[in-house]
Amino acid sequence: MTQMQTHPPDQAIEEDGPPQAVSLDAVSKVFGHAGDATHALDRVTLDVARGEFVCLIGASGCGKSTLLNLVAGLDQPTSGTVMVRANRTSLMFQESALFPWLTVRGNVELALRLDGVPKSQRRGRVHELLELVHLEDFADKRPHELSGGMRQRTALARALAQESDVLLMDEPFGALDAMTRDLLHDELEALWTRTGLTVLFVTHNVREAVRLGNRVVLLTSRPGRIAEEYPVDSGRPRRIDSSQVAELAATITDRLREEVRRHGDPRS
Amino acid sequence: MATLEAELAGLDALELAVPPRRSRASRIWSATWPKLGAAAIALLFWQIVVWSGWKPEFLLPAPATVFKALFTNLGDYVSASATTLQRAVIGFAIAVVIGTFIGAVVTRSRVLRSAVGSMVTGLMTMPSIAWFPMAIVLFGLKESAILFVIVIGAAPSVANGFIAGVDNTPPVLIRAAHMLGAKGWTNFRHVVLPAALPTYIGGLKQGWAFAWRSLLAGELLVQIAGKSSLGRDLDTARQLPDFPAMYATMVVIFVIGVLVDSLVFGKAERAIRKRYGLIDAAAAD
Repeated sequence: MTQMQTHPPDQAIEEDGPPQAVSLDAVSKVFGHAGDATHALDRVTLDVARGEFVCLIGASGCGKSTLLNLVAGLDQPTSGTVMVRANRTSLMFQESALFPWLTVRGNVELALRLDGVPKSQRRGRVHELLELVHLEDFADKRPHELSGGMRQRTALARALAQESDVLLMDEPFGALDAMTRDLLHDELEALWTRTGLTVLFVTHNVREAVRLGNRVVLLTSRPGRIAEEYPVDSGRPRRIDSSQVAELAATITDRLREEVRRHGDPRS
Repeated sequence: MATLEAELAGLDALELAVPPRRSRASRIWSATWPKLGAAAIALLFWQIVVWSGWKPEFLLPAPATVFKALFTNLGDYVSASATTLQRAVIGFAIAVVIGTFIGAVVTRSRVLRSAVGSMVTGLMTMPSIAWFPMAIVLFGLKESAILFVIVIGAAPSVANGFIAGVDNTPPVLIRAAHMLGAKGWTNFRHVVLPAALPTYIGGLKQGWAFAWRSLLAGELLVQIAGKSSLGRDLDTARQLPDFPAMYATMVVIFVIGVLVDSLVFGKAERAIRKRYGLIDAAAAD
């Protein structure tokens, strides 16, 4: 079921060191004990190349978020190994998780401050980061004064402030309206093309996964296993309503539904 | 990418359209009239009870008589209030320092939390008057006896407010702070403390109420020679008897309580809740 494969990223990367930014080798995660144990992940093996954009997709209970937590180092696997070859990882959540007492600028600046960036350099860096997500005019607003999309862009700027090479995203656009989401897809794609970040993106929206990823990894639910991997060949920038995206999304959706039906079958 | 930029800017502008704010005068008026109305209804009720002849008028004088007594001796009430408020502020300040320290220590350690946490709540349920015999035995009939009871009455609320504030921090913020590399003191200073602030202010507010109550009980019991205070005036007026003065003192105690609560703590609480986005900005004005 699991397969070891690495796909070359779209753009050139340095040739030194192994090409994988993230390697999971037979990773299992079990919550609870014996009788009522939940197998969130079962022997998952996955490599993410440097500079690659990988989308993880699956129905509820497939352990997508568990997998991200393992890569982020917020949790330890029950067995198997998680290797992250990066200076550090940053994580974006479905909720923006911005600090409500700080302004947009304050939130981004705190990330720099916690990183030990000297005060003299922070102001300029914050401005650059806010320009990157087109929020420089809203630097003095507080999170509750922003729309959901703007909050996520601030969270993105905060994540980028950490200058990590691996960006983990846990359904970051899940709570946004469709129009905002489409725009943020464009923005994230542009950013990724420019920076060469490695992105591991979790979603339950198949089209979103195909729209964004170099590769879409489909996980089964309870236990979470890798069911299938789909390389996405269409060029960039992509459109979510293009026929290529729609076609691959339909194939993946069929496979996902098959997976979901299996859980509704009382004999299984 | 110019299109993307323009589209994002357009969407931002559409989503942030805010309704125009009302004028300052109209906001102040709309915040004040319900309070004035409530005061008027309370006075009217008082007057009706007097008119009903339920008690003879020298025992329960009409509002007008009481306010007349209040304004003829206003100077005395001001100086008595000053003594009482000074005690309240000193006692409350000590309670804040001790309560915050206990709260901060307790939230740092799981063992301490289970050991001290429920005891703090237990202390809050203890009526302040029950501490006085002990305070008088330990400190004598002195200021320090009153201060002791204020501190022991108010500090648990402060500590509890702090602990609750830390406990109520949304887990996602803790995870976010962890991912940003916040640890130890830096995490405490930049994340834990500000996250706890709204609930902490609530604890301070409650602590003040406890302090004020304990203080007045204390001033009735522990009367220090030559020092006029609100609690002492209240007792003296009853013994003389000068009932209009007694009621006037009660009015002063009540008004100070209301003013401090709404002007100091209410204002601070609203400002913080507004800043944190915990209330509708329009409703906060």
